[in-house]
Amino acid sequence: MATVQPTPTSFWNDTGKTGITSWIFSTDHKRIGLLYFYSTFGFFLVGVLLGLLLRIELMAPGRTIMGPATYNATFTVHGVVMIFLFIIPGMPGAFGNLVMPIQIGARDVAFPRLNLFSWWLYAIGAVIVLTSLFTGGGPPDTGWTFYVPFSARTGTNVSLAVLGVFVIGFSSILTGINFVTTIHRLRAEGMTWGRLPLFVWSIYATAWVQVLATPILGITLVLIMAERILGAGLFDPGRGGDPVMYQHLFWIYSHPAVYIMILPAMGVISDVIPVFARKPIFGYKMIAFSSLAIAAAGSLVWGHHMYTSGMSDTAILVFSFLTFVVAIPSAIKVFNWVSTLYKGSISLEAPMLFALSFILLFSIGGLTGLILGAAATDIHVHDTHFVVGHFHYVMFGGAGFAFFSAMHYWLPKFYGRKYAEKPAVIAWAFMFTGFNILYFSMMVLGLKGMPRRYYDYLPEFAPLNLVSTIGSWILAVGLIIMLVNLFRGLFWGEPVGSNPWGGATLEWSIPTPPPTENFDQEPVVTHGPYDFTKAGVP
Amino acid sequence: MNHAPHKDYGGAKLGMWLFLFTELLLFSGLFLLYATYLSRYPREFTAAGRDMHVGFGTLNTVILITSSLLAAMAVTAIQRNERRNVLLLLGGTILCAVTFLCNKYLEWSAEIGNGIYPGSPRLANGPPGESVFYSLYYITVGLHGLHVLVGATLLAVVAVRVKRGTVHAGDFVLLENGALYWHLVDLIWIFIFPLYYLIL
Ligand code: HEM
Ligand SMILES: [Cu+2]
Repeated sequence: MATVQPTPTSFWNDTGKTGITSWIFSTDHKRIGLLYFYSTFGFFLVGVLLGLLLRIELMAPGRTIMGPATYNATFTVHGVVMIFLFIIPGMPGAFGNLVMPIQIGARDVAFPRLNLFSWWLYAIGAVIVLTSLFTGGGPPDTGWTFYVPFSARTGTNVSLAVLGVFVIGFSSILTGINFVTTIHRLRAEGMTWGRLPLFVWSIYATAWVQVLATPILGITLVLIMAERILGAGLFDPGRGGDPVMYQHLFWIYSHPAVYIMILPAMGVISDVIPVFARKPIFGYKMIAFSSLAIAAAGSLVWGHHMYTSGMSDTAILVFSFLTFVVAIPSAIKVFNWVSTLYKGSISLEAPMLFALSFILLFSIGGLTGLILGAAATDIHVHDTHFVVGHFHYVMFGGAGFAFFSAMHYWLPKFYGRKYAEKPAVIAWAFMFTGFNILYFSMMVLGLKGMPRRYYDYLPEFAPLNLVSTIGSWILAVGLIIMLVNLFRGLFWGEPVGSNPWGGATLEWSIPTPPPTENFDQEPVVTHGPYDFTKAGVP
Repeated sequence: MNHAPHKDYGGAKLGMWLFLFTELLLFSGLFLLYATYLSRYPREFTAAGRDMHVGFGTLNTVILITSSLLAAMAVTAIQRNERRNVLLLLGGTILCAVTFLCNKYLEWSAEIGNGIYPGSPRLANGPPGESVFYSLYYITVGLHGLHVLVGATLLAVVAVRVKRGTVHAGDFVLLENGALYWHLVDLIWIFIFPLYYLIL
């Protein structure tokens, strides 16, 4: 690893502007990326605290630290924060912004001011959500799904929370529009579609999902407000409405939304694995194509959340079938990553450890998803802790671990300094172990019949719940070690050169940290993203 | 890096088209509800639809189509560098928008006067399908009205820019995108009008 001093002319200071306003009003994609990173990651930590509280409550049967009403509010806010404030805006907002423009050889995104506006919308939405916790009837207690009729009737502050999520959705749409346009219009000379790094491909597919699915979330949230404020009765059976229609609208967005979470994560993994296996990616075309296939097919499977809500048998059959179809492109990716590893010269550094655990955890999450996707088995485990375990494997073990991988892989590029390797590996080991203890027990509990969203349970579930809670503490310890090590390293660690990992994508061919304009001259790309014989040159 | 500040027209247009698409999708949720509830309550929907004021609806349709024409003419005019005409045409478009909203106000007042609005006692005691029809109607048309307002404001901003000379024959993508947005507002109404006023 080279020990070049970070150049004094990086985006941190080369415009001469370093005050807070030069950040929150900056149109530089790197600064906006870091704004997104800190705000979304901050909310992740808030969500983790709430999650740990949930686990403490579930440590033993009966009331441990909170009663039913507080528990309802806590899991709702935990879910809303993790989904709408962390994982959906996090990946595209933070790493999409930081890395994607550089990877395609652009100076910035297509609409830099719109990009800043997106972040502001996100921030405003987040403030609205936070306000909803402390005003009116108190924090919402509906679950993150805001299902009617409860969400139309409960006295808690649902309207305000929903408004906040609406604003954040708008921000997500604008990011999507910006990224699609950027990838179409601003690729450098020689950066053909066949040479796009797979992270860019995945951000591209994600951006389409953001554009196409989020408006449906928007209208759904508007309708909740209409139910509450106008008394529209569109979902009220007493007045001819149908609550199941709400569920349809909600999941038409929210199933594709899981691809907003997981696609960029898959992109990170596709970029990290070849670098640390020192081998070109296996099946580039299939990985790129499968991102688009997931985005497309994923918009047709929302009904698998509603097998028990009342649908025709035909609909159940079709949704079940389509759900199995979406599994294929995901499996294609997994097989290609594993094939890339085959006979590679693998170096097990922190980003790679997180990436490898992604493959395992995501596979578990995906395969248990098929148990839920098949109607016959879903009837048994629907709304149990099996579901809770399953989606944490996908969203946390998948998207979350990929986020950590990206943090270790890319943040040193933007800070010019790096964390210490050994504590990073120790942190990973704690997190990986804790994670599996925490959520695998939840899945077993679910199979045994423990329902989700209750603060109490039958005594027979007690032992595994205790195990699960202990897992959450191991995970938390790992998380703390990771945070201390990572941020200490970024600010005071050992300086890194322009290409610490030996990557071949464009971001490794420019100085560390990058200058505001990214490239001295418009790069002319001469090779593919995983051609390591040309690492470090455009 | 040395570079002349450049503007990417293709990019700006692509972005706008994507945005218009998201707006259509926003309304598509409401059309989806319309379709399902129509199939569930065909009789009540028909009865309620017959009670709509077709006169108001038709008038507003004519107004919006005219306004779209004016907006399109403004785009042609700016390419020919006829600034005065552009301003007149944009003014006409905005006037149409205001008339549209006034009409809407009159129509809604009449209906609310008859006790027809979401959550009203009259609808609560009527057949369930009727309440659903009117709630959907108010939400869809209300959301559309909001878009009329936003579109008119956008065109007013563009008009000010044209007046100041920052939007001109050499750089009029803002006007073009504003007009595109206006056409979208028109287009959505073209769906709403038959669904609520005509076909039932
Ligand atoms: C230390 C980390 C975490 C812990 C201890 C934790 C714990 C929990 C528990 C115990 C529940 C279920 C409550 C119940 O149904 O009774 C839950 C629900 C949930 N969690 Fe987590 N979680 C963590 C991290 C995450 C992450 C990273 C995400 C997403 C990226 C996430 C998303 C959710 C969602 C969406 C729900 C569902 C909320 C609802 O039912 O409305 N969690 N979590
Ligand atoms: Cu789903």
